[in-house]
Parts: sequence; C-alpha cells; structure tokens
Amino acid sequence: MGIELLVNLSYVAAAVLFIFGLKMLGSPATARKGNLVSALGMFIAVVITLLDQSIIDYKWIIAGIIVGGLIGATIARRVEMTGMPEMVALFNGFGGVASLLVGWAALYGFEANTFEMITIILSILIGGVTFSGSMVAWGKLSERISGKPMVFGGQRVFNILLIAAIIAASVMFTVYPEAHIYLYVVIGLALLLGIMLVIPIGGADMPVVISLLNSYSGLAACAAGLAINNIILIVAGALVGASGIILTQIMCKAMNRSLSNVLFSGFSAVATGG
Amino acid sequence: MEIVFLAFILMLSIFLGFELINKVPATLHTPLMSGSNAISGITLVGALTSAGAEHTVLATILGTAAVAMATINVIGGYMVTDRMLAMFKKKGGSK
Repeated sequence: MGIELLVNLSYVAAAVLFIFGLKMLGSPATARKGNLVSALGMFIAVVITLLDQSIIDYKWIIAGIIVGGLIGATIARRVEMTGMPEMVALFNGFGGVASLLVGWAALYGFEANTFEMITIILSILIGGVTFSGSMVAWGKLSERISGKPMVFGGQRVFNILLIAAIIAASVMFTVYPEAHIYLYVVIGLALLLGIMLVIPIGGADMPVVISLLNSYSGLAACAAGLAINNIILIVAGALVGASGIILTQIMCKAMNRSLSNVLFSGFSAVATGG
Repeated sequence: MEIVFLAFILMLSIFLGFELINKVPATLHTPLMSGSNAISGITLVGALTSAGAEHTVLATILGTAAVAMATINVIGGYMVTDRMLAMFKKKGGSK
C-alpha cells in the first residue's frame, strides 16, 4: 500500500512537470528549459515505475532500455538538422508501435472485461495507424518513397470498406477474445489504414500530417493507459492528444490551409484530374 | 465507479491539453511537435509493467519489444528536441 501510494504521488508530480514543460515549450525564451522539465517528469515516472510491485523480473526491462536507448541516442545525435521533421515522424512511429504492443500484452495480464477489451482494441488500432502512417510520412520526407500524392481509382470506396472491416473485426474480437485470428486481422488492417491515410497526401503537407500523427500517438498511449489502468499514461497521453490537435490546427493556419483541406488534398486531386 | 473516475481524469486532461497550446511562433512548431512526441513515449511506463510482470512468455516478449520501442521514442525525442532548441538559441545570439 505504501509503495503504491508513493508511485501514484510521483505520477502526479510527473504530470505537473509535463504540463509545465508543454507550456514552456510554447514560448521561445523558455522552450529549451521546458523540454528539460518535461524530460525530468519522464525520468521520475520511469524510475518510480520500477518500484511497482507487479514487476518481478528486471532483466528484460534492462535489456529493452539499453537497446532502445542506444538506438534512440544514436539516431538523435547523427541526424542532420534539415532532417528534423522526418526524425519526429520516425520516433513517433516507434511510440505508436509501443502502445500497440502494450495493448496487446495487456490481453495476457488479466481477465479483461468489456470496457478493457474496448480500450485494448483502441490502443492497438490507434497505435497501428500511428506506426504505419508515421513510417510512410518518414519515407516521403526522406525521399525513400515518392513525395507525390498517391491516388488510385476507387480509393475512397476502398477506405470506407477498410474502416467497415476494422469495425467488424474489432467487434468480433471483443465478443470472442479467445479467437486470436480477429486480433491479427485488426492489427493488419490498422497498419493498412495508416498507410492508406498518408499516401494520398503530398510531401509538402507532411509536417501537418506528422503533427496529427503525434496527436494520435498520444491518444494511443492514453488508450493503453485505460487498458492497463495506469493514470500517468491516461493523463500524459490525453495531454499530447489534445495539444497535438491544437498544434496541427495552428500549423494548418500558418500554411493558410484547413485541416480537411490537407487531409483530403490527394482525393480532391483525383476529382479535378479525372 | 472506477470507470467514472477514469473518465473524469481523461476529460480534464483533454481540456488542459487544449488550453496549454496557444499562439506558438512558427519557428517553435517543429520543436513543440517533437517535445510533445517525446511525452507520448510515456507508454514506456506501461511497457515496463508488461515486460516485468511475468504473466506469459508472449506477454514478456511483447512487453520487452514495447520497452525498446518506447525508449527509442523517449530518448531520441528529448535529445532531438534539445538539439533543435539549442540551435535556435545560437542563431539568436549571433544575429
């Protein structure tokens, strides 16, 4: 009981640091300090979580942190300054897939009730879309794939069918949680949806798309938090989800575009072209 | 009751997130995006409990992969943001 209270109080402190950090990041004079404040919040949240009594075995945690830390630090140090937006896309994609995996792993931890099943499905779905969407955005910005909008006939119909299939598979999985075939179908379709959402958008609009995907990765973390009943994931995820949407809108305004204009630019190109 | 409690926290956090961001100068758009992206790496906390709880072998594998991925997001995200902001400061000073 004592440790649980300590962990939760530390989560409150971490949340406060995230809030101040985000606020300070919005103004040039305090931005760099704000990033450090937010990093301190993350450090506290991670270290205090290691005291959690449900953690029995540390070797895999340490291995994961070392591998991930080395990769992250290497990429962050080597990247050219001109390549920053695509780096954000890449890191964002890793965050998305992590939320997907946390949601998936939550299936094996306890008997999930319907509410938890829905949040597990949501974290898998949003995490999957964030991952594959971010990877396409990264590919387009780093010119590994063509930056031109990719559109084909019947794309809109295809996407509607795809979303219908995702809803159907998600419902089936919620009703029959033991049938893992539906889980794999949901993961596959979510990855496909992320690709389909980003390929019709041109390279010049990618920063806005990345900002939107950043918001999604927050929502994915939030859904994962609801699935595993972790307050700091819910709070920090919702903060990023909501502030990410606002930032996306501000970025659209700076480009004199509306969000729907950016998101459906590829589709309207088809309409005018055909 | 538990769900109501979680819904309250969720709602307040979303409102706070909306209110936190206003009138950001254009040069800070990318660093702000990058900095908030690093915060979304908080999913690492969830990954830690999945990797260490020893539920099943599959859950441990998924959790360990999640720890690695989320750590890339957290470490890379904060470092890249710091590099971007350090550059802004130098630019401002020399001009």
